[in-house]
Amino acid sequence: MTETTPATEPRTIISFRNVSKRFGRVTAVDDVNLDIREGEFFALLGPSGCGKTTLLRMLAGFEVPTEGQILIDGHDMSHVPPNKRPINMVFQSYAVFPHMTVADNVGYGLRIDGVPAAERRARVEEALALVKLEGFGERMPDQLSGGQRQRVALARALVKRPKVLLLDEPLSALDAKLREAMRFELAQLQEKVGITFIMVTHDQDEALAMACRCAVMNRGMLQQVATPSDLYEFPNSRFVAGFIGSVNMFEGRLSVDEPGHAVVTVPEVNCPIYLDHGVTGALDSQVWVAIRPEKIELAKRNGGPMPKMEDAPEGANVTPGVITHISYLGSESVYEVRLESGRTVRVIRPNLTRWDQEDFGWDEPVWLAWHACSPAVLLS
Amino acid sequence: MEQSWNRAKQAFAAIAIPPMAWLVLFFLAPLALVWLFSFGQNDGLKDIAITGTFANYARALEPLYLQIFGKSLWVAALTTLFCLVLGFPVALAITFAPEKWRGWLLLLIMLPFWTNLLVRTYALIAVLRTNGYVNATVEWFWQLGGLDQLLGPYQPMELLYNNFAVIFGLIYVHLPFMVLPLYAALDRLDRSLIEASLDLGAGHLQTILKVVVPLAMPGIVSGIIITFIPALGAYLTPDLLGGPDSQMIANVIERQFKRANDWPFGAALSFLLMYLTFIAIAIQAVVARHRRENARS
Repeated sequence: MTETTPATEPRTIISFRNVSKRFGRVTAVDDVNLDIREGEFFALLGPSGCGKTTLLRMLAGFEVPTEGQILIDGHDMSHVPPNKRPINMVFQSYAVFPHMTVADNVGYGLRIDGVPAAERRARVEEALALVKLEGFGERMPDQLSGGQRQRVALARALVKRPKVLLLDEPLSALDAKLREAMRFELAQLQEKVGITFIMVTHDQDEALAMACRCAVMNRGMLQQVATPSDLYEFPNSRFVAGFIGSVNMFEGRLSVDEPGHAVVTVPEVNCPIYLDHGVTGALDSQVWVAIRPEKIELAKRNGGPMPKMEDAPEGANVTPGVITHISYLGSESVYEVRLESGRTVRVIRPNLTRWDQEDFGWDEPVWLAWHACSPAVLLS
Repeated sequence: MEQSWNRAKQAFAAIAIPPMAWLVLFFLAPLALVWLFSFGQNDGLKDIAITGTFANYARALEPLYLQIFGKSLWVAALTTLFCLVLGFPVALAITFAPEKWRGWLLLLIMLPFWTNLLVRTYALIAVLRTNGYVNATVEWFWQLGGLDQLLGPYQPMELLYNNFAVIFGLIYVHLPFMVLPLYAALDRLDRSLIEASLDLGAGHLQTILKVVVPLAMPGIVSGIIITFIPALGAYLTPDLLGGPDSQMIANVIERQFKRANDWPFGAALSFLLMYLTFIAIAIQAVVARHRRENARS
């Protein structure tokens, strides 16, 4: 696990220290070490069953770690019950109490805490205003839409002014249009209240759009913790590269490794892959090269000369192929290109003018070319 | 295959008529007959003349019988209350038991249903009687603790043939009727609601009182009704376990049809019992509608 985010360290509010959780013989969370900073919007991202929800439930207190410690604001909370933690949660199903009005739902936690009625009313009003539900206080939950119920759940958690707000797949139950709008709104809300938000999601777009930092999990282990752009541009493993966005992955051998440049030989690509930086791997060791589809350029091969990338030596980072499939998506077109080895490569080309999608046709011979800074070399 | 019974009237009739006929022939017709008897009087030893008299009802409302009705209501209510108080934690425990245990625990609750009521009641007699298992166990502890030297020999407790035995027996028989609807209601409950309550700072007891009980209310109400109604009409349990002062209304009715040979009076008592039951159900329906309307407005 590498930390690729520059270290401008605000206070750490949550620390997982060697936390593991086993259910019988199944290890759901495997030796996780993670610090979350005060005031950040943090996303736990991973495929279903990767342990991200278990990690969140341990933070909320619904599960007790088998090993390790969870520190909240410096105190070990591993064995503190959920009702004694300075943390509130928005559940995936929202869990709005169906037998209480919106105002009673939002005021529930305050009533439990013994907040006087007048103050309680004022804080409930304030919380409802925060989530834009003014005037909904007397409604019953079955009179609300899914999006409104989620706002009630948000207000109910925020009204207690927790140190940390947990969100379990907050947008998964909303329809596509609303999801887009809520992404923006949740991020805005987080900035406004300044509370640390920790979100669990399997949706990479959601995590990239909202979070300051993301942790990618797989099989109970943290794979990488980084900002969204670092996760996309500098993945540290094949899993992260493949999980975030789409990618062309090649297996090859490291044939040159100097401080200023490196070359990977990939049998499936009949040109050397030249990199403008060193790799620090053993020479001739097996490595993987990941190139994002939008970082590969297309050039016509019929009659045209072999293109030369200005940042790579002659003959490197350029390879011939034939277009086998085109998907026109409006803003961009996706091309499937078959290399001479038979390997298919995906290329995404933005349609910058109205005529760009007509530049290349089916079965057209093309050159594929990429810059020396585009490929990511992965050692695992 | 025609799906709408509106159009496939013949197919629908073919399926519906046999059970309807069964219901009319063996339930509604005898019930109507008994209803008619309640307005009649004995004519000789065997015949009943339907005279349209209300004398049977007038007699049934005499203080002697009203007192027995009152006692039956009281015993049934007490039984229901105890069943609720005992059954709710049991249902809650089954709901939150590990998945692989849940089936077995439910089976344990169901098991008494598979045993004849008479057998179960006699077994209870064996447990409660003067030299039964309860007294034998207490006596053993009595001697073990040396209390017979201090306080003299053990005097067995009178556990049988009194009101205690009747209520104890009724609770024993009716507990499954309470546990099953409660379990059904609790099992449907969204677990995340309970977690949300804990997350918002409530303790376990607060969560049960403020979230679990209100949401399980339909199950609680149906549990109360299906416990109260058979307990109100209980016959065998007070007959076998009760003393001379613990007869319930069903025992009086039985006596009219058999030893007293006064079918018209027995019929009138039967219908009064049925009307009581209807009133209980009607009250529940009104309360339920009231709750629904309150929730809406």
